[in-house]
Amino acid sequence: MNLFCVGLSHHTADVETLERFGGTAETDCVLRSCGCTEALLLSTCNRVEVYAAADNFVPTDLIARCLARTQNLQGNENFYRYEAAECVRHLFRVASGLDSMVVGETEILGQTKKAYEKARASGAAGRYFHRLFQRAFRVAKQVRTHTEITRGAVSVGSVAVDLAQKIFGELRNCKVLVLGAGETSERTVRALISRGVVDLRVSNRSPERAKALALAVTGCPVPFAEWPEQCREIDILLTSTSSEVPILSQEKLAPMLRERIDRPLFIIDIAVPRNVAPNVNTLDGVYLYDIDSLQSIAEQSLVMRREQVAAAEQIISQHVAEFAESIARGLNRGPDPEDDPTVGESSLRVSES
Amino acid sequence: MRFNFFAVGLGFIFQTAFLSIRGHQLGRCPITNLFEVIIFVAWSVALFYMVVGPAYRLSLMGAFTAPLVVLLELFALIAPIEKPRSPRLPPNPWLEFHASMSLVAYGAFALACIAGVMYLVQERQLKTHHLHSIFYHLPPLTDLFAAITRLLWWGFVLYTLGLVSGFFVGEPLPWAQVFCAIGVWILYGFILQGRYLRWFAPKRVAALCIIGFSAALTLLWGITFTAQTHMP
Repeated sequence: MNLFCVGLSHHTADVETLERFGGTAETDCVLRSCGCTEALLLSTCNRVEVYAAADNFVPTDLIARCLARTQNLQGNENFYRYEAAECVRHLFRVASGLDSMVVGETEILGQTKKAYEKARASGAAGRYFHRLFQRAFRVAKQVRTHTEITRGAVSVGSVAVDLAQKIFGELRNCKVLVLGAGETSERTVRALISRGVVDLRVSNRSPERAKALALAVTGCPVPFAEWPEQCREIDILLTSTSSEVPILSQEKLAPMLRERIDRPLFIIDIAVPRNVAPNVNTLDGVYLYDIDSLQSIAEQSLVMRREQVAAAEQIISQHVAEFAESIARGLNRGPDPEDDPTVGESSLRVSES
Repeated sequence: MRFNFFAVGLGFIFQTAFLSIRGHQLGRCPITNLFEVIIFVAWSVALFYMVVGPAYRLSLMGAFTAPLVVLLELFALIAPIEKPRSPRLPPNPWLEFHASMSLVAYGAFALACIAGVMYLVQERQLKTHHLHSIFYHLPPLTDLFAAITRLLWWGFVLYTLGLVSGFFVGEPLPWAQVFCAIGVWILYGFILQGRYLRWFAPKRVAALCIIGFSAALTLLWGITFTAQTHMP
């Protein structure tokens, strides 16, 4: 069986080119006309690639040329091609998030599972792909559990939410005050809501905007003059006002903290210039993070993830060798009940749980 | 976490077996000299971890507990502690209850100290914005603080029981021993009172748990030393 992969990704093409290929029917036609017995199209916002297996040799250059022609692309030099073991390695890297734009992101695994499920349902993926993709899902899971490749958040919003969870644990009982009704604060608030925050208060110089945001996030509007008093009872303060000078200082906050000495206060200041005086962070129980520190943590996480790539590659290499061996063994014997793609349905569910 | 739990659990089984054999040989609770006392404290730490670990689901608690247990046992085995064979005295249930209860309370104080270390490590990283790999494995600050408070209460209640039962022993106890025991009780009572009346922020309570346990261990040495020197 000849296995190969032809594709485009964020490494080789721009978004415009990737968009043209998003799930086109022509791709299937091209593969069928080339005599492929099994085929799968993996299309995400950062990659479009086809995996195919054929009994006879199929030149990958031909596939790339045909694919380029279907979308009127000039030349096919943007397409990468992998064959046999290199194709297996590439799939394992993709499923494990090693080839993603944000190293270690886990969304790609779900997308790969969906693509496989679709191909299996349509009959395009058979016995061989069943073994290949089930192995890829196993590898991705192993990489995730045996390395720290998915550790840490890599965007400002998710870093803030992760930190909130490290301080408070469950966010269900946290009271959040949003100061400033901009787009960034709305995004962060939505991330907090997705992790269980229910008690939301919104304050803004313009009461209409505060009301609008409160309505959008099912929060409660608070008059701007009353927001400092809220610091006595809230757990998280998210500020993003356009004030030119700090609106919260150590002198203002310290007396209020005395009443809540045993409860931490997490302040997320995503405003530029900053809304909260930096020395507020020196107060006991106050954790102040501005946009710079959040970005720096996101970068630290990325560095940490990149450091895990070597360990992940080692796991992948081991599985590539094992897979090649199992395929070689499998070709010399009759069909195995484990190779039945209908088994894949249940095993896929197990791996998704 | 599962590995840590089973590792400490296995150690706990061996410690229980050792204390049981020793107890049968002595015909009483095996806390007659400093060597046995340290082993008993290590056993209490493991016992509390077995009870607290799964109940509070505190990740990494085992990773911090296991080294403390190992250190205590190593100290008991390696340190030049005189291990006198205590004479077979008639068992005194009040004395044994008093001593064993006080040492079990030490287990709770030790675990509160470990939770305090974990709290301070995490708190420092959150304040300085320098998050190391360990940060992502530590339990949330509020969960740690809740665990510290509960462990302090457990330890304090058990220690009080041990202390009160000491008055029913029926034998005169050395004054230094009584003062040391009351000193530990006052120390932990002060920490809990400060926590209750909000004198201290959680960070200070965590620091006091470490200072408290260090002081309590030193006083325990003092108590055991004076007990041994007064042994007939």
